[in-house]
Amino acid sequence: MLEKFMNMDRRIIFILVALVVIIPTLIPVRLPITVSEPTQKLYDFIEELPSGSTIMMAFDYGPSSLAEPEPMAKAVMQHCFSKGVRVIGMTLYPNTPTLADKLMRKIADENNAVYGQDYVFLGYRPGTLPVILGMGTNIANVFETDYAKTPITEIPIMENITNYDQIDLLLDLSAGSLTEAWIIYANTRYGLKIAAGVTAVIIAQMYPYLQSGQLVGMLPGYLGAAQYEKLLNAPGDGTVGLNTASFAHLLIIVLVILGNVAFFIRQEREA
Amino acid sequence: MELFGIWVAAFLTLCIYSFLYRDNPFYRFAEHLFVGISVGYGIVIAIHQGVIPLAWEPLSEAVSALWTEITGETTPEIRSALWGLFKIIPIAFGLLFFARLSPRHNWLVRYPIAILIGFGAGIAIPNMLQANIFEQTRATIEPFGAIGPFVDVPPEARLSALDIFGAILMVIGVICTLTYFFFSVEHRGPINWLSKVGIAFLMIGFGAAFGNTVMGRLALMIHRVGFLINEWIGSFGALF
Repeated sequence: MLEKFMNMDRRIIFILVALVVIIPTLIPVRLPITVSEPTQKLYDFIEELPSGSTIMMAFDYGPSSLAEPEPMAKAVMQHCFSKGVRVIGMTLYPNTPTLADKLMRKIADENNAVYGQDYVFLGYRPGTLPVILGMGTNIANVFETDYAKTPITEIPIMENITNYDQIDLLLDLSAGSLTEAWIIYANTRYGLKIAAGVTAVIIAQMYPYLQSGQLVGMLPGYLGAAQYEKLLNAPGDGTVGLNTASFAHLLIIVLVILGNVAFFIRQEREA
Repeated sequence: MELFGIWVAAFLTLCIYSFLYRDNPFYRFAEHLFVGISVGYGIVIAIHQGVIPLAWEPLSEAVSALWTEITGETTPEIRSALWGLFKIIPIAFGLLFFARLSPRHNWLVRYPIAILIGFGAGIAIPNMLQANIFEQTRATIEPFGAIGPFVDVPPEARLSALDIFGAILMVIGVICTLTYFFFSVEHRGPINWLSKVGIAFLMIGFGAAFGNTVMGRLALMIHRVGFLINEWIGSFGALF
């Protein structure tokens, strides 16, 4: 029995994981969500911004990792538009411009935000470091036009914005290590306030920056998106994803415990 | 057209997940298609968002301005466009990367690499030290400045018992973990104990990272399952 369990076909585990993901997707269950401090900090920061403030959102994720950052982007943009905070979008990922442009326009349409006045998408420029550093001196030197090729001198939202001095916050929605680049170059060198919306894989890397105050706040994966949606009282993709993930986590915890128990029993028998 | 896109995406998603059963031609087809499209799309975007606006357009404007200057019909705008000619220098250095393709001239690639490394190191070292060493050290020590009653801080700014415990734990973790990576002294006696505690902290860190990784991978699966159920199966009604 024990040997059978230890040598179980891994495909049985795949089927179990698939079931705990599919069933809650078909039959949505609403689990309680507690807001964590990093999410609360970001929410409070944006909440305290006066109308007419500007935040920059860096869509630093690719199509293969959009599951987590997209709900975060939706929630934060919804919050910004409801408060009259303007949003400037850009990306350091070559595969993201179309995705980010489409997402911004969709959320803006849902919130009656006007392109050029309430938000703009600058697009992508190659070279991470020169882009981050260049915008610290003059954004127009890096992005002479927006993604739709309109000169940024003709875009009303960019009228009084020269560099990071006029940006109140940068939110980096990241699926990699680019948040660190923003912290090291934009925060350390130019004093730009930075928040992160990161995929779960890199949450642990970000906590030291949060503790030191180099990050204003953080949205950790689906959890962060769900918590932000709760603060906005507008459940969305993050809430749905987190509820489903909770069941899958439960299964994985049970499997880890069973695996360990079986391992120790076998070790004891062999001894 | 949108329906067609949904069906293509659903087919490719199922092709990728078929690997969970075993490696098969459908999986390999989807994998190669994904890699090819990602690279191709990335190159096209880099050309349209990078090469054309940053190199080609300013340079071609500068060349036509130069021609106008030569023919004598000049204006202040044309004069300012002439500055674009200076872009020839970084473009030329960038093009030297292609010298790698020629065995006779591949030594030329050292120049752009030297510039990149020099620029990168010069920019990175001070900022990285500030962000990752000085700021992190400050954040580790700073809480001790708010522990009353030993330090003169207003009561409302004093740390709670839990915060004090956290601050002490943080310092213990930092010292023990650094001790584990300190190889100039043999790990015996108290040093050995400190490094063992350091290993425990490292393991907790790795455990947290692993747990988060599982969470991240599940998020990707949940997203795809949500797509298959809501959009793909949801599109059956429009089709049949």
